[in-house]
Amino acid sequence: MGRHRDRLIPGVGLTLLALIPLAFLAVFFVLPVGGMLVRGFAPDGTWDFSGVAEVLTRPRTGRVLFFTVSMAAAGTVLTLLLGLPLAFVLYRLKFPRRGLLRAVVVMPFVLPTVVVGVMFRALLSAGGPLGFLGWDRSWIPILAAYVFFNLAVVVRTVGGMWEGLDRRAEDAAAALGARPAQVFRTVTLPALTPAIISAGTLVFLFCSTAFGVVLTLGGLRYGTIESEIYLLTTEFLDLRGAAVLSVIQLLAVVAMLAVAARGRARTEQSLTRSRGVARAPRGSDWPLLAAAGGVVAFVLLPVLTLVWRSVRDGGGFTLDHYRLLADPDASPALRVSILDAVSNSLRTAVDATVLAMVLGLCVSIVVSRRPRGVGARRLVSALDGAFMLPLGISAVTVGFGFLITLDRPPLDLRTPAVLVPIAQALVALPLVVRTITPVLRSVDPRLRQAAAALGAGPLRAAWTAEGPVLGKPLLAATGFAFAISLGEFGATSFLARPDRPTVPVVIYQLISRPGADNLGMALAASVLLSLLTVTVMGLVERLRVGSVGSF
Amino acid sequence: MRTTHILACTAALTLGLTGCSLMGDSDDEPPHEAETDRSTATSTALGEVVLVTHDSFTLPDEVIDGFTDETGYDLVVRASGDAGSLTNQLVLTKGSPIGDAVFGIDNTFASRAVDEGVLAAYSPADLPAEVSAHALPGEGPEHLTPVDFGDVCVNIDDAWFEAEGIDPPQTLQDLTDPTYQDLFVTPGASSSSPGLGFLLATIGEFGEDGWQGYWEDLMANGATVTSGWSDAYGVDFTFSGGDRPIVLSYASSPPFTIPEGGDEPTTSALLDTCFRQVEYAGVLEGAENPAGAQALVDYLLSDQVQAAIPDSMYVYPVTDVELPELWAQWAQVADDPIDVDPALIEEHREGWVRQWADIATG
Repeated sequence: MGRHRDRLIPGVGLTLLALIPLAFLAVFFVLPVGGMLVRGFAPDGTWDFSGVAEVLTRPRTGRVLFFTVSMAAAGTVLTLLLGLPLAFVLYRLKFPRRGLLRAVVVMPFVLPTVVVGVMFRALLSAGGPLGFLGWDRSWIPILAAYVFFNLAVVVRTVGGMWEGLDRRAEDAAAALGARPAQVFRTVTLPALTPAIISAGTLVFLFCSTAFGVVLTLGGLRYGTIESEIYLLTTEFLDLRGAAVLSVIQLLAVVAMLAVAARGRARTEQSLTRSRGVARAPRGSDWPLLAAAGGVVAFVLLPVLTLVWRSVRDGGGFTLDHYRLLADPDASPALRVSILDAVSNSLRTAVDATVLAMVLGLCVSIVVSRRPRGVGARRLVSALDGAFMLPLGISAVTVGFGFLITLDRPPLDLRTPAVLVPIAQALVALPLVVRTITPVLRSVDPRLRQAAAALGAGPLRAAWTAEGPVLGKPLLAATGFAFAISLGEFGATSFLARPDRPTVPVVIYQLISRPGADNLGMALAASVLLSLLTVTVMGLVERLRVGSVGSF
Repeated sequence: MRTTHILACTAALTLGLTGCSLMGDSDDEPPHEAETDRSTATSTALGEVVLVTHDSFTLPDEVIDGFTDETGYDLVVRASGDAGSLTNQLVLTKGSPIGDAVFGIDNTFASRAVDEGVLAAYSPADLPAEVSAHALPGEGPEHLTPVDFGDVCVNIDDAWFEAEGIDPPQTLQDLTDPTYQDLFVTPGASSSSPGLGFLLATIGEFGEDGWQGYWEDLMANGATVTSGWSDAYGVDFTFSGGDRPIVLSYASSPPFTIPEGGDEPTTSALLDTCFRQVEYAGVLEGAENPAGAQALVDYLLSDQVQAAIPDSMYVYPVTDVELPELWAQWAQVADDPIDVDPALIEEHREGWVRQWADIATG
């Protein structure tokens, strides 16, 4: 009787715990996206798939698919090649200011794409400092932006793994006479492979769904599946074409996530971390140090260009652009001062973060349990993947879907004040889950069983076993979610109210109006936003939680 | 014990922060609770009017508040996307509209909105002739009222041409002349509202069968296409430090190029290359507050709004209000803008834009 109760309650409790985030996902993701697909495939209430072939055989569709896949593949390979030396330097070597550098590398990941696009163009256009390369308007800047945004994923995922690798295997190989390159190839690389696969698939996913950057940098010559869905939906109202492309995107995302999950399953086993393997740099490290230095310079270049241009005016230095930030009447393009927008951003981010943390914690607890049955285990990993899906679906589809599905009581939720934090929480949720779950999974389940055997209820048992390791990861995930929310632009631009714009939305508005003052203010606001996110990420970094920003 | 401590801190911090969340604000109060000089007395029993509009809509606070003072309704603004995106959202949500009134549907999308039946019939009584001059042909005027207009024109950097000693171009045809090779940049028709305006200008000028050839010549002459206006004007245009002295922009752009301490702009608009974009307002079919929406459409034609339009939205008012001084002096509109029938635009827009994309971005 007693034993029976023990088995039952955790099951019921976990199911309830899973239902809260699932209900959220169903209402705010499955329903809107499903609604758009139904509009596309069943415009008159009857299913009609005759258009699928027509959409797929359009010459443009083929071009777009080819460009998306080939660019994402190139971006993934390049990001991995550049990210690996950087991961080594930042996670296996000890040197002053290492934490600051780690924060700098994560920063691009949380910068608004609008800002980055404009910065890359300013850098590479004919009048910019790198104009002589003649790369403007080619595919090269798009690739560079892919790398810029996604380095963080590779460095954190692979670096986090590398930091915890037991050095004894490497040392043994070296003692048996293997050269450093051999040690790396035969010992280190195989151990890192799961992390590399996991990071690589995520980078591929982010590259193939990139949108703002492609539009800004590629002009219109280059379309990706994401920008094509946007055009088909907003400009042509070709919902059938958009639905066909969305389904292709969905299938590809599910496949990617499955590959990433397999890689991850193998990394999490080894999260029993060996600490303190980092050492001081040696003379023989110089090629890696040089490579890492080059990559850091590449990350800093657009950012420094941004700072430089924000304090220049005509021919001299000025702080005017920054002074204007507090002035509500500084630009006729805005109804609020930028400082007001900062406060909107912060408040929205608080809501989004609380939401993402509550839901993320529920999801993490559920997916960190390893039930005995094969079916139950499959269910758990499917659940894990389900919350990653929003990463790979066009914000346009979700945004338009909101409008057509959440419009009837009891779910008339089209008041943007509520929707903005919800949309941002959807984006931050997967990152929260990826931060907390590995930590929970690394706790030996026998600890919980022991507590239960000593008479603790399921909650008490979980708290006793897992509570002690949760503190820092929770705090770190909170910071990360906060930073993501601050920089989120795609969904927010759809939903934000003009009287309460967030900073990225304001930056975008300023950039799209004439006048030197507007551009200067946009640059200054971008610097401010970057500072905010770097500060938050720097604090997160100090907590030293390995799984933040790793997938 | 340290972890418990951290957890406690996290919890305290979280609880503390929820105080600065948005959730404390409800949607039905005026959006200026931060300003203490305004009492909540502006909230009235008449309720609110929700205006659906595009990203570029903005008016000074006092003008927005003026609506409440005059009519007793609170104004709630919902902005989303550009004119095309806005129109398509209204079509998608027909029968369950996301607001009461709309502003920002322009003549390139007006026919779609009217044909799809997203608008209720309403037109302010006795419109002045100068406003009616901008009205849509056919049944449009019963549903959509003109509020402002802007001329999309080719702009040139006079200072650059003077320095190089080259005569600047005058017409659309000139842009295909080898003299101006690699000097022209325009935002694209598929991703930008002025870009679409420019495509329509070329269709109006060279005809339904002649514009494709013109664009082939234009691209062969080294024109570049950007995704948005801000990119073309803010990065590529020589005035902003780029390398292209000919850019597609607006007739209202030159006044913004008067140098510090100078008294005239260094750029000008070519008034023979302009396409006129008119923006309309209307009442949405199925609006919760049709009376409030009608009052809002009327208010958009009031002197207060019309006078504020140039400085807030960079376009021209449709009524006879006085223009800002710099505008009156340096922002001439086209005498005879290139015209394309809105019904024709509706019929062919998608095909034209796709054809254009194959020529200009293939």
